[in-house]
Amino acid sequence: MALDSRVPKGPIKDKWTDYKNKIDLVNPANKRHIDIIVVGTGLAGGSAAATLAELGYNVKAFAYQDSPRRAHSIAAQGGINAAKNYQGDGDSTYRLFYDTVKGGDYRSREANVYRLAEVSTNIIDQCVAQGVPFARDYGGLLDNRSFGGVLVSRTFYAKGQTGQQLLLGAYSAMNRQIARGKIEMFNRHEMLDVVKVDGKARGIIARNLITGEIERHSAHAVVVATGGYGNVYFLSTNAMGSNVTAAWKIHKKGAYFANPCYTQIHPTCIPRSGDYQSKLTLMSESLRNDGRIWVPKSLDDVKAIREGRKKPTDLSEDERDYYLERRYPAFGNLVPRDVASRAAKERCDAGYGVNATGEAVYLDFAAAIERYGREQAKIHNIENASDAKIYELGQKIVEAKYGNLFQMYEKIVDQNPYKTPMMIYPAVHYTMGGVWVDYNLMTTVPGLYCIGEANFSDHGANRLGASALMQGLADGYFVLPYTIGDYLSDDIRTGKISTDTEEFEEAEKEVKAKIDFFVTNKGTKSVDYFHKKLGKIMWDKCGMSRNEKGLKEAMVEIKAIREEFWKEVSVPGTANEMNPELEKAGRVADFLELGELFAKDALTRNESCGGHFREESAEESGPQKGEAKRNDKDYAFVSAWEYKGEPADAVLHKEQLEFKDIELKQRSYK
Amino acid sequence: MNLTLKIWRQKDSNAKGQMVDYKVTEISEHMSFLEMMDVLNEQLVNSGEEPVAFDHDCREGICGMCSMYINGEAHGPDRGITTCQLHMRMFNDGDTITIEPFRAAAFPVIKDLVVDRTAFERIQQAGGYISVNTSGNTQDANSIPISKHDADEAMDAATCIGCGACVATCKNSSAMLFVGAKVSQYALLPQGQVEAADRVQNMVAQMDLEGFGNCTNTGACEVECPKGISLDNIARMNRELMKATIK
Repeated sequence: MALDSRVPKGPIKDKWTDYKNKIDLVNPANKRHIDIIVVGTGLAGGSAAATLAELGYNVKAFAYQDSPRRAHSIAAQGGINAAKNYQGDGDSTYRLFYDTVKGGDYRSREANVYRLAEVSTNIIDQCVAQGVPFARDYGGLLDNRSFGGVLVSRTFYAKGQTGQQLLLGAYSAMNRQIARGKIEMFNRHEMLDVVKVDGKARGIIARNLITGEIERHSAHAVVVATGGYGNVYFLSTNAMGSNVTAAWKIHKKGAYFANPCYTQIHPTCIPRSGDYQSKLTLMSESLRNDGRIWVPKSLDDVKAIREGRKKPTDLSEDERDYYLERRYPAFGNLVPRDVASRAAKERCDAGYGVNATGEAVYLDFAAAIERYGREQAKIHNIENASDAKIYELGQKIVEAKYGNLFQMYEKIVDQNPYKTPMMIYPAVHYTMGGVWVDYNLMTTVPGLYCIGEANFSDHGANRLGASALMQGLADGYFVLPYTIGDYLSDDIRTGKISTDTEEFEEAEKEVKAKIDFFVTNKGTKSVDYFHKKLGKIMWDKCGMSRNEKGLKEAMVEIKAIREEFWKEVSVPGTANEMNPELEKAGRVADFLELGELFAKDALTRNESCGGHFREESAEESGPQKGEAKRNDKDYAFVSAWEYKGEPADAVLHKEQLEFKDIELKQRSYK
Repeated sequence: MNLTLKIWRQKDSNAKGQMVDYKVTEISEHMSFLEMMDVLNEQLVNSGEEPVAFDHDCREGICGMCSMYINGEAHGPDRGITTCQLHMRMFNDGDTITIEPFRAAAFPVIKDLVVDRTAFERIQQAGGYISVNTSGNTQDANSIPISKHDADEAMDAATCIGCGACVATCKNSSAMLFVGAKVSQYALLPQGQVEAADRVQNMVAQMDLEGFGNCTNTGACEVECPKGISLDNIARMNRELMKATIK
């Protein structure tokens, strides 16, 4: 099947408006005869469910947690971008569009990104009307902060808990519709397959996670909003339950999976401390505004620090290597996420990691504390302030800016970051790849939609800070509710979809067979054993930098683990009860397939772009030596994979990317 | 460290539960409490026993899913954190740790340490929202200035993660801190004024219907709240309710 992105004709700034004007609609009286299933209740799914219900559709929403409010969007810290230009610093829809496309290293679809920038301002209006308590200045107007990789201040925030407040906003909108009976909410339910009737998505099979019951649910359209697949690495900043299952199941039923290898590895996370570690904790990117990143210059000092003979504060300025400032004098500590992550890995691989695992670098606030302290001393007219006084004054400022992050760090690591530098290391954070969708956010299966992090469309090969929240809410509040009408307008006479059909029967049988296998297979190894093994291969061979040899090995090794998994996995308990190990087994089974496709995709893309760094594609000489080298001639396309059985047999379809409104440039942060 | 764990085991909501003893060894002080539970569960799975069911998800203190009652305290002995942020350095080698589910009549046990908190959902559905459609045709976000003080206070109330520690801690199993936080958030913002009277009355009525107890101003909820939600929110809810009733 040829890919049709269905991007409307016309100038980019008019596309969305013109398209909305011409799109087919479903009249209000007919909407109440149409059912829509929304899987996932984070920013994308929650906002979509609420809006579709407001429009009059009957919505069934599903979440594996005990409440929609617990979806992992809740953990987003920094903020949400919008081209409001409240600061008057030259922001505009075009500039937000440009920054997003450039930040994504020219691997996203222009028309989708422009639309995203266009509706971004609506999101802020909407959220304020819903009672989201964004930060304000003393005049009572909304405050902004700035984020990595851009030249304007356009990020709206609610302390360090922006994701929480936006999700609770969407959750409240959902609650209003649940109370009206327009959303039927299924908490503690997991989607285990999609059901197609006559080629169209017409329902799902879900498992009630309390009773273990397998349920059939039908609808005229199905929306998958189940987030990213970062947990394929076992360790990531995702929630423990975050998984690829819904996205993978629809892939197996015909939805193409796009750019699986595009993963964002966030530079400022708390390093791993041991093998028991279950997840990694992110520290907001905003810390890099004031923190300086370094490792010791000499390996002797590294050794002394690891053995506890020296403290980082014992090292003089001359003995420190501020490697980002050294390598990237123009952007310094504020280079984009992918660049900062790779630079940390480079130092640690060379043996300069500062903790026992050898995978940590310092993020030092001493200089910022001193700078703020001197400034405060001046403001308060304190002459000849002592070093201690300056430190005290400066610490107060840093505390006001990052207090909650410092506290979180201290709780986890048991070190006081005001006194000794923080230790950080990159961790898997976000996946730009996902299910392929057209301009309507519909997958290659008619009636099956995919929104939020679960789809691929807006961030290209690298996502800018504070853009994930923007995309989730844009898709759910302002894009999908329009575009889905175009499809559903053909369904006004269809009537209720029966679940009592062969298609549902078949899908249910398949799901049950798999569950039965897990609970009866008396293997010798736990689910986590396989997940950890997969994670290690992903991290070592499909991590921050990749090469042909490693990727080929990864494909072979992942396949071998998968085969062992299906022989040796052990799942205690039964199918008809709450059984967290059984839930995990199903999710890891899907990760074991996705992992191989991921490696295959990375292998196929023999260029470096955004978060995907291929060692074979680096600048060989000149001032950019060693930096990522993009290849627009051969790789300016979206890789959309069609399922053909084994992941290794997946067939590649290319969506050629055209850039009519932006000139392609090499990113330089030197 | 080596530890003895006394854990509440209960097959399902109808079964009779009991405390069961387990031993775990070589626990690192740097582990989080839930990672210690992972070690126990891995041990149980490997010996063919059923692991302990417990709720958890984000493991960074924000989703509100984790919910253990550890040595008689919701989220354990540390302050200002959830169970997933509790670290084993708070305990000593040789300790015996008692782990129970959050207990309240309105939070029935589903299995082991997992409880049903959907009563909270129904309270939110009764009025925890502003009735504005998500059409995007709302007025500009800056058209109504809101004093920084009010916005900050609304934000402090809005940081509630809905974990239920306040209920589990309260001797009356009262949910007033939880409900008060939501009522306060909207009471402090101009957008919430239009429906203020209906909101507080409906939410309080639902709270009573769910079987949560009353508030007797002990203040334990505020102490155990992982997000430091202030008791002032209960006072504000009472004031709002009074205003709504005598109107």
